[in-house]
Order: sequence, then C-alpha cells, then structure tokens
Amino acid sequence: MSAVVQDPQLMAVNPPLVQGARDLHDLTDQISSVVEDPVYKTPLKYWITLACTSSLVLLLAAMLTYLVNTGVGVWGVNKPVGWGWGITNFVFWIGIGHAGTLISAILFLFRQKWRTSINRSAEAMTLFAVMVAGLFPLFHTGRPWRAYWLFPVPNTDLNIWQNFRSPLIWDVFAVSTYFTVSLLFWFTGLVPDLATLRDRATTKIRQVVFGILSLGWRGSARHWRHYEQAYLILAGISTPLVLSVHSVVSFDFATSVIPGWHTTIFPPYFVAGAIFSGFACVMTLLLIARWTLNLQNLITIKHLDNMNKIILVTGSVVGYAYCTEFFVAWWSGDIYERFTFLNRAFGPYWWAAWSMYSCNVFIPQLYWFKKMRTNLWVMFVISITTNIGMWFERFVIICTSLTRDFLPTSWGYFVPTWVDICTFIGTIGMFLTLFLLFARFLPMIAMSEVKGVASQEKHVFAGQEEGSPSYR
Amino acid sequence: MSQTSDPAVLIAQIKDKLGIGEDKVYAVMGEFAEPEDLVKAGHAIRGMGYTKLDAMTPFPVHGIDEALGIPYSKIGWIVVCGAIAGILTAQILIYYVGVIDYPLIIGGKPLFDFTYSIPPTFELAVLFSAITTFICTWALSGLPRLYHPSMNYRSAHRASDDRFLLVVEANDPKFDAQKTAQDMRSVGANDVEVVEG
Repeated sequence: MSAVVQDPQLMAVNPPLVQGARDLHDLTDQISSVVEDPVYKTPLKYWITLACTSSLVLLLAAMLTYLVNTGVGVWGVNKPVGWGWGITNFVFWIGIGHAGTLISAILFLFRQKWRTSINRSAEAMTLFAVMVAGLFPLFHTGRPWRAYWLFPVPNTDLNIWQNFRSPLIWDVFAVSTYFTVSLLFWFTGLVPDLATLRDRATTKIRQVVFGILSLGWRGSARHWRHYEQAYLILAGISTPLVLSVHSVVSFDFATSVIPGWHTTIFPPYFVAGAIFSGFACVMTLLLIARWTLNLQNLITIKHLDNMNKIILVTGSVVGYAYCTEFFVAWWSGDIYERFTFLNRAFGPYWWAAWSMYSCNVFIPQLYWFKKMRTNLWVMFVISITTNIGMWFERFVIICTSLTRDFLPTSWGYFVPTWVDICTFIGTIGMFLTLFLLFARFLPMIAMSEVKGVASQEKHVFAGQEEGSPSYR
Repeated sequence: MSQTSDPAVLIAQIKDKLGIGEDKVYAVMGEFAEPEDLVKAGHAIRGMGYTKLDAMTPFPVHGIDEALGIPYSKIGWIVVCGAIAGILTAQILIYYVGVIDYPLIIGGKPLFDFTYSIPPTFELAVLFSAITTFICTWALSGLPRLYHPSMNYRSAHRASDDRFLLVVEANDPKFDAQKTAQDMRSVGANDVEVVEG
C-alpha cells in the first residue's frame, strides 16, 4: 500500500484536515467506533479518569447541600466583598463556554473548514460550562427552590415583578437564552450523526435510543435544504448572541458606580477574555481527548496551530484592555479610580494581579513562534496557565474593586473558605465528568460535516492509494 | 371515515393514508459512490421527465437541489416572524410590568424606556428565532417519524455512511416500475431496486 504522491509544498502550506482515513466509510468507522465499542472495551485510563472526576461531583453535591442547609455564610463573602468566588466562578465558566459558540457559529460563517473536527466537542463544552456556571447564581441566592423568582412568571407568593432596569435581570435572560440556543444548535448538528449511529446499531437498545434521538433523519435532499438553512440561521443568530452574553455579564459590573467596575471598556474586554479562556479550555480538553481516545488523525497539529493563533490574538487584546484600563484610570483624574488601579497592581492582591498579567499577557507571547504553536507540551501548559490567568482576572476585577471601599473604615480582605474552594473544585469535576461521558457515548466529531469537507478537498485522505478512486 | 376500534383496521387505514403497505410501491432507488455522479444522474433523470425525485446523502451535496428541482427552503421567512414575535413579547412584557402592573420609581428613572429594554428584547428575539428555527427544521422535513418506506432499500443504511442514493418516487406521473428501473440503470445507478412501501 503506497501513500499517494502529494506536492510537498502544498502539504506544508495546507496539510490535510483528515489524516489516516482511506475513504468515507473508514471515517465513519473511526469516529463511530469510539461510541460503539462495548463498555468493557473502554480503555482503563478512561474509567480511572471518570472515577476521579465523578468523586469530585460528589464533593460538589456535599458542598451545595451544606450551603443550602446552613446558609450562604459558609462562603467567604461578607462586607465589603459581597461578591467573592461565587461570581468569579460564574463569570469564569460562562467565559469558557464562549469558545464553543465562536467555533461553531462564527468560524462557520467565515467558512473556516478546520472547525469541523473540533466544533462538536467545543459546543458540548459550552453546554457543560454554562450548566456549571448557572449553579453559582442559583446557590448564591441561598434558596435555589425560589429560582423562579428570577424569571418573569406571575407568582402568588411574592406578588412583585422583576425590575427590568437592573442588569441582573438582563443576565437571567442572556444566560438562559444562551443555554437554550446552544443546546438547540448542538442537537441540530448532532441529528445526522445520530442517524448514522442508528443505521449502524446492532443491539436493540441502541436501535431504539438512536432511532428516537435521530428523529427519523434519512439524509434526504429535502431534509438537507432545510437543515443547511437552519444551521446558517442558528450560526447567524448565535454570533451576536455570544457577543451579547458576556457584554451583559459585564454590565453587572459596568453599570455600578464602583471604581474599577464602572468602565465602558468592559463589554469588548470581557468578550475577548471569554474567547481567550474558552479556546484555552477547548485546547486542554482536545489534547486530553486526542491522547486518551487516539484522535490524532482527526485533530491534527494544523487545528491546534490555528487555535493557538486565536489564543495569541485574544490574549493580546486582553493585554491591550489592561493597558487601557490603567491609562483611563490615570486620565480620568478621579482619585478613587486611580487608587483602585494602583491598589490592584500593588495592593494586598498584587499576587493575583501579577499572576493574571503573566498568564494572560506575557506567556501567550510565546505563540509568535511556530515551534511553540506546534509543540504539544507547550500548548498544554499554556492552555492551563491561560485558564488560571483568566480565573484570576475575574477574581482581581471583583475582589480588588470591592476590598478597598470609599471609606477606609469599611476596608476588608476577602479570604475564601474551605467550602468556596471545595465547591469550585467540585464544579471542575462536574464539567470534566459531563465531558468525559459525552466523549464516550456521543460522536465527538461531526461526521457529516467532516465528510462534507472531505468531498470538497480531494487531497484530504492522506492514506489513499495512488490511482484509486477518491473514496471507495 | 368509518369509525372502528379494531387496532388492525386502524393501522391499515393509517398505512393506507401514508402510502405504506406490502402491496404498495414507494419508489425506485439506486446508489452512487460519488456525489458528483449523483448530481450528474440527477440532472439526467430529471431530463427524462421525472419530477418526484429525492436523494439521500450522508452530507449536503452541492448542486443536488438544482439537479432534482427541489425549491429553496422558506425557513428564513418563518424565523423572521419568530424574531418579531420575540421583540413584541419582550417590549409588551417590560412595558406591562414596569408601567401598568408594578410601577416602581427607582432612582428617578422612567418607568419604561426603550434603552434599558434593549438587552432583554434582543435576547428574547434570539430565543424565539432559535426555537422557531429548530421546530421548523424538523416540521418542514416531516420529522420526527419512526418509519419511512425508504428503509426497505437494501443499502438505505449506507446513505448515512458513504453512499449517495437517488430516489424516483412512485407517485411520479411518469413512474413505471420496470421502465423507471431501466432509466435509473441507464444514468449509472448501482443496485437499482423497486422499493416497497
């Protein structure tokens, strides 16, 4: 079996997006086999990882039970820092979700074909991140069973309505819309692949489950024309949606009068940061999935290189926003504003601020070098440091702005409690558990989309025999 | 329509309505290995005068709509209506809550103003459009459904894998099982079969 002779120059500039699959059937096999293997054939490393992450879910459940039983006081929030880790983690997780929508919607509109092997997992990541994020405001209320008070439903126990002049209610609309739209988008993309799994199903359970989930999809040309149009519309409306969600989250801060929060740069700055952290998180997950499930053929170095370029760009935008903030604080002439920013860099939380500057601005500059962008270890480490940095960004914005109030008598210092810490670790466990279950039981790569790209680019099947028809 | 409670008769009636049954013919189907061949064959078979055509493919094949004469999807117009419904819902809700049912003066701000209603209005417009898109995608395609006669074709399961199927439905005025099967073979289809409903 000889590999097809390809122009080496073309290969260097535009390497194939799908490697190692000889034809369409081979591609279907490769992607479906992960889902279809019997449970006992799943690699041991998968079960060990799942056991670790799901025990963290138990930790989360314990922490939330403790919080509900005892009260929100078990978190370290108090005067003057009334928004501590709870909101930090909320903004952090919502931000993580943004890369998924960016990859699935914005890159789709820009016709970036390389997104096809990563968009499914990025979308799933969005869903799980938003689920996890939602827990924090829900439990910060202290009475999660009253959560419907947040929504404009007529209720007889309170007899009042929401105040639509408050950005907090805008946030309820933004986040719940974001979750719903992401779910619909993800499921729509999944249907043709579920149909593939249904057609390949050998056991009764799989036939029934995938038969129902695939809605009777048969790939008819009459289905596809609606489907393609719908996909385009969903991508089109998700694009402004994703930009609006983090803008609205930033309004929670920007519309207040707290120095350090009250700035107009917040919406674009938050969106850039969200995309930055989200891409880093996709990178972490993909590198792990690529390694544990052997997806090197489908998630190639080219994909990773492209993502690293986006990380570099958004990281630099975030760095620019930091500089602007400092400049505007000085330029405003407002003593409180100036004090807040000096305090941010050199005050009691200097360690958090400098972790954030190093992780978000300085370290990603390594990605100017192609050697760094294509080195798996480098990108794994940077993807982790970026997320540490972005978590610190939210922590710094929230805590440094609140910790020194206008009057020195109301100054304070926020220290997280063990419940804060365990809850956050628990949410990481929940996020990873959901992702691991998804990677094992649903097709992680959008088969129909990869095939569509494959049909347009004849040279994608790198392992193809010379002279044979392009897919057989 | 006759009223009956006998399930067997009911099923037979439903099957009859859907055009399903042992004695019914659904279509003549054939397969291709390449999307380009399918499009070429689609043009050819339409040139022979067939109108009730369909294709089954693992991914959207470009040019197949023109080849088979399948009209452009109208989904966009329905979604515009969904978006307008979302905008109206939000504006009416915010006005009703703020001005009529629960007027509350906070910081001297107006009870209703267009500017602060923009974020929720935008979100509801997006939400309603997305839900409309989602429902319409399936409803206009006649989904969800548990059974379709095309499943009786020998390689129907490969339409979601690596084969491109061409369908000439039996309700085509020019349809004749023998003749159509011959036509299908003449445009290059493999495994041509008369598929029962």
